[in-house]
Amino acid sequence: MSTQTILEQDKARRVRADKRTSLSTFLLNSLLAVWAAIVIFPMLWLLYTSFKTDKEIFFSPWSLPAALQWDNYQRAWVDAHIGEYFANSFIVVLPSLALILILSTMTAYILARFPFPGNRAIFYLFLAGMLFPVFLALIPLFFLVKDLGMLSSYHGLILVYTAYSLPFSVFFMTGFFRTLPSELHESAIIDGANQYQVFFRIMLPLAQAGLISIGIFNFLGMWNQYLLPLVLMTNAKQYLLTQGLAYMLVQQYYQNDWSALFAAVGMIMVPTLVVYIIFQNQIQKGITVGALKG
Amino acid sequence: MYRNKYRIIIPFLAPSLLLYITFVLYPYASAMYISLTRWKGLTKAPEFIGLENFARMLGDDNFWNALGNNGVYIVVLPVITLGIALFFAFVLTQGVKYAKFHRVTYFFPQVMSVVAIGVLWSFVFHPTIGFLSSLLRLLGVAEPPVWLGNPDTVIGSLSLVTIWQAVGFYMVLFIASMESVPDTYYEAAKLDGASKWHIFWNITMPLIWDTFQTAVIFIMIGSTNMFAITQTMTGGGPSRSSEVLSTYLYGEAFLGSKFGYGTAMAVTLFFITLIISTVLTRILRRDSLEY
Repeated sequence: MSTQTILEQDKARRVRADKRTSLSTFLLNSLLAVWAAIVIFPMLWLLYTSFKTDKEIFFSPWSLPAALQWDNYQRAWVDAHIGEYFANSFIVVLPSLALILILSTMTAYILARFPFPGNRAIFYLFLAGMLFPVFLALIPLFFLVKDLGMLSSYHGLILVYTAYSLPFSVFFMTGFFRTLPSELHESAIIDGANQYQVFFRIMLPLAQAGLISIGIFNFLGMWNQYLLPLVLMTNAKQYLLTQGLAYMLVQQYYQNDWSALFAAVGMIMVPTLVVYIIFQNQIQKGITVGALKG
Repeated sequence: MYRNKYRIIIPFLAPSLLLYITFVLYPYASAMYISLTRWKGLTKAPEFIGLENFARMLGDDNFWNALGNNGVYIVVLPVITLGIALFFAFVLTQGVKYAKFHRVTYFFPQVMSVVAIGVLWSFVFHPTIGFLSSLLRLLGVAEPPVWLGNPDTVIGSLSLVTIWQAVGFYMVLFIASMESVPDTYYEAAKLDGASKWHIFWNITMPLIWDTFQTAVIFIMIGSTNMFAITQTMTGGGPSRSSEVLSTYLYGEAFLGSKFGYGTAMAVTLFFITLIISTVLTRILRRDSLEY
């Protein structure tokens, strides 16, 4: 065999291998595109359907709207009270979030930096809260909130949200404060700062990255929470967004205003999508942080 | 440095401890007691009946039906979801085109509330307005299934929605873990002529094992819940065929005023999650690899 033929055979083999890899690359890319379509299409369909009339929705599920029915959004926002549900969700979630961030950092800071008898016991007490499913507490919690006269009240739900977010937030922030160098603390005290100044001026700014993670994690968790408001907010005027949407779905069996219901989901989905696209990295980190607690 | 430390310890700990003990620990503890009582709520005090609620559960067909459905989810959801998630995570860390776009897209359903997703998919599955049935008719299926209205297809349909939502989440979790594997391992394997298949099983999987274990436990415990999606999409129907423990106990307690019985089921649910996580931790434990 001459050198020439060996080179040719080698070349042919490489071409065959290239063909094979390019075929498998093509298959892989198609598979990825298919899943992307499976994720995107239902949402895209919902969005353009939300601009159709009820008649179009029923008789041609696939077609684009003949004219944009902005009125659907108007009806969802006003008549179906989606606007009020949005406001109710903000009224509950924002104060809860502020409370969680303040209380969990204060608690975590003490547990991470101050040795005192009972420190470990309190840390494990908080940790225990992550073991139990919320369902276990649900029925006693309902009666507790009722006995405290806080059923169907915003402040009741705020306290409950805060309490149930504490275990993970305290656990996460304790780990965070443990990594901060203690020299900072010592030198600040030597310079004459008191303990409060050390916490608010030095430690809290250093914990910013951790605060962002648990902030996103808790915000989304509470914003999307369904079970607790379902049990604790029994007055339709105070329904949160998830509850209001579920309620609207049930109502459709009697009212048949499908286009407004499509619009309601659309107006919940679009802001979420916009915020997600802007903060995708932090949000992905913030949500997955919860799975790392195991 | 710790002079007068209790002046900061007490005010910093007291509020959160008070909230936590009142709203979290106290209800958990009293659930254990309430599960041993008969209780109609409202005026009457709970009446202690020992283990009667648990005995009643054993003979309750609806309880077993709900538990059986949870059982299906516990097996089906982890296998399919984690299988797809692992596959995509591996592919997307091997330098394909548009990896970032796919990653961002796949994850998005995780950000939406389960209720919004439930409403969206009940449109998709709807026999007249949904696009799925008309697509199938277009493809020549004369009578497309009534997805959520038929006991034979309802569990599969709900699984599909749950998988659709969860794949991106687990994929991102696996990608984070895979990206921390040093490149040198992959380069060495490639020089030895290892196939992608071998690389995945012999390098990637052992090195991300801890994350995988966490994911299995996480998704299985999620499968014991399934409340929001079931409640919004089917309410447990048709005729209880998609009922799960959580929707059944919610209905028994808050719609049927059987608070003792409902709590007993919640206690059972808790022990099931406890058993799953301890057993799985045992089974999946391997010596973790240092790198």
